[in-house]
Amino acid sequence: MELFTNQVLAGIATGAIYACMALAVVMIYQAIDHLNFAQGEMAMFSTFISWQLMQWGVPYWGAFVITLVLAFIGGIAIERILFKPLAKAPVLTNVAGFIALFAIINSSAGLIWDFTIKQYPTPFGSAPFLGSQLISTHQAGMIGVTLLLLLGLYFFFQYTLIGLAMRAAASVPESARLVGINTSWMIALGWGMATAIGAIAGMLIAPVVFLEPNMMGGVLIYGFAAAVLGGLTSPFGAVVGGFLVGIFENLAGTYIPGVGNELKLPIALALIISVLVVKPAGLFGRHIVKRV
Amino acid sequence: MTTLLNVKDLRAYYGQVQALHGLSFSLNEGSLTTLLGANGAGKTTTLRAICNMVRSTGGIEFDGKPLNNKSTESIVRFGIAHVPQGRGTFSTMTVEENLQLGAITRKDNAGIISDIERMYAHFPVLKQRHTQQAGTLSGGEQQMLAVARALMLRPRLMLLDEPSFGLAPLVVRDLFGILGKINREDKVSILVVEQNAQLALELADQAYVIETGRIVMSGNAKDIANNEEIRKSYLGY
Repeated sequence: MELFTNQVLAGIATGAIYACMALAVVMIYQAIDHLNFAQGEMAMFSTFISWQLMQWGVPYWGAFVITLVLAFIGGIAIERILFKPLAKAPVLTNVAGFIALFAIINSSAGLIWDFTIKQYPTPFGSAPFLGSQLISTHQAGMIGVTLLLLLGLYFFFQYTLIGLAMRAAASVPESARLVGINTSWMIALGWGMATAIGAIAGMLIAPVVFLEPNMMGGVLIYGFAAAVLGGLTSPFGAVVGGFLVGIFENLAGTYIPGVGNELKLPIALALIISVLVVKPAGLFGRHIVKRV
Repeated sequence: MTTLLNVKDLRAYYGQVQALHGLSFSLNEGSLTTLLGANGAGKTTTLRAICNMVRSTGGIEFDGKPLNNKSTESIVRFGIAHVPQGRGTFSTMTVEENLQLGAITRKDNAGIISDIERMYAHFPVLKQRHTQQAGTLSGGEQQMLAVARALMLRPRLMLLDEPSFGLAPLVVRDLFGILGKINREDKVSILVVEQNAQLALELADQAYVIETGRIVMSGNAKDIANNEEIRKSYLGY
């Protein structure tokens, strides 16, 4: 039983990171109807920036905040320069753009910071959390930050005018323009926020997987899986999906004989496919009520 | 009478296809003007061209200021509210959020709150359903919501694209009654595009008839309604 609780808690902790990545994926998907394959690399690059700042002597939380601001601006810049011109282009053109961005960011990070693995600090420490052996303070911190982030986003989208405008622009762009919303900037804002959320995920996972240019590869696949599982239209679903994928991955690795670490990923993805066969919109994907 | 909207030699294109062929008309401040015509005559295109939602050339002046080359979202800030064909409801959002979105360019919070109450007085059914997802409303209720959302801008000019489309006759009567009231009491100028010519002519003071992208007839709404020849040849009733 102890092993079970242990694995579930560890799953929730890594699930928190998948949840952050899934949130970032959903934010961009809502804005432009595409999955951003470069999301993980953008998060990795942001994490490197924060690492560099700390190397220059900036304290952890200072570097954290500066990185979020830079990631936000960088996300907007990428949208303005690369994806705004592609807004009316076919899907495959966008996909090519994402792959190019992936390669560019990955190689630039390798060029600037090289491919050796780097230690990354945690602000929460790695002692047992509340004296229990089940979960470390860093893992508890990851879960806490994810939940705070979700709560913050919920308030932003439900109770601020700019959140309302962003939702309107994502759901019926033409009507949004007819009430005076600049939908193009709402998309850019979505990119900025998604990039900042990705940066949070990167900075939280870096102490666990270590910092290097390919650190987000696996995480992004889980993030996609989580987003699809929870429903690409629902930020809440993305977070629940993230936790579910994290837990299932750990339990499968522990209890299914012969799975181990190598087969965790395919097993998790197989589960997701099975869910989607039954519920194609994802667990929390909004079923839009329409009456004509 | 001052001219609020002046459209001159308007030509509009969908790709290579020209939909409007030099259309000119004007609308007086405070008037309720209707554009009539058959399917495909260019009524919707005219409204879309005014809001720069379709490529066009020619002159469009609102209150003496040119609207050409302004983006759709900045044209709203002149005080032009457009209720598009099919209503353009934000169907996943609540009724109240739809109303708030109508006023999103305004900064006077107190005024917005009192205007929401005013809309609920105009359209009591919206008050009953204010927390409901807009997509769950009936067609008539959604049209009311679309009109209310447009009014939340406190517009000087409201463009309505086939408000009667798909609604039961009684609901249409109701809606047109409210439109007349808004025009008289709130001094909102209205340009309404309609296929239901009979009803539109009863409501409007000015009327234009469009055929294949050109104005073929204009005048006082009553005169047009009383002229059997025009009715038979252009309006089909």
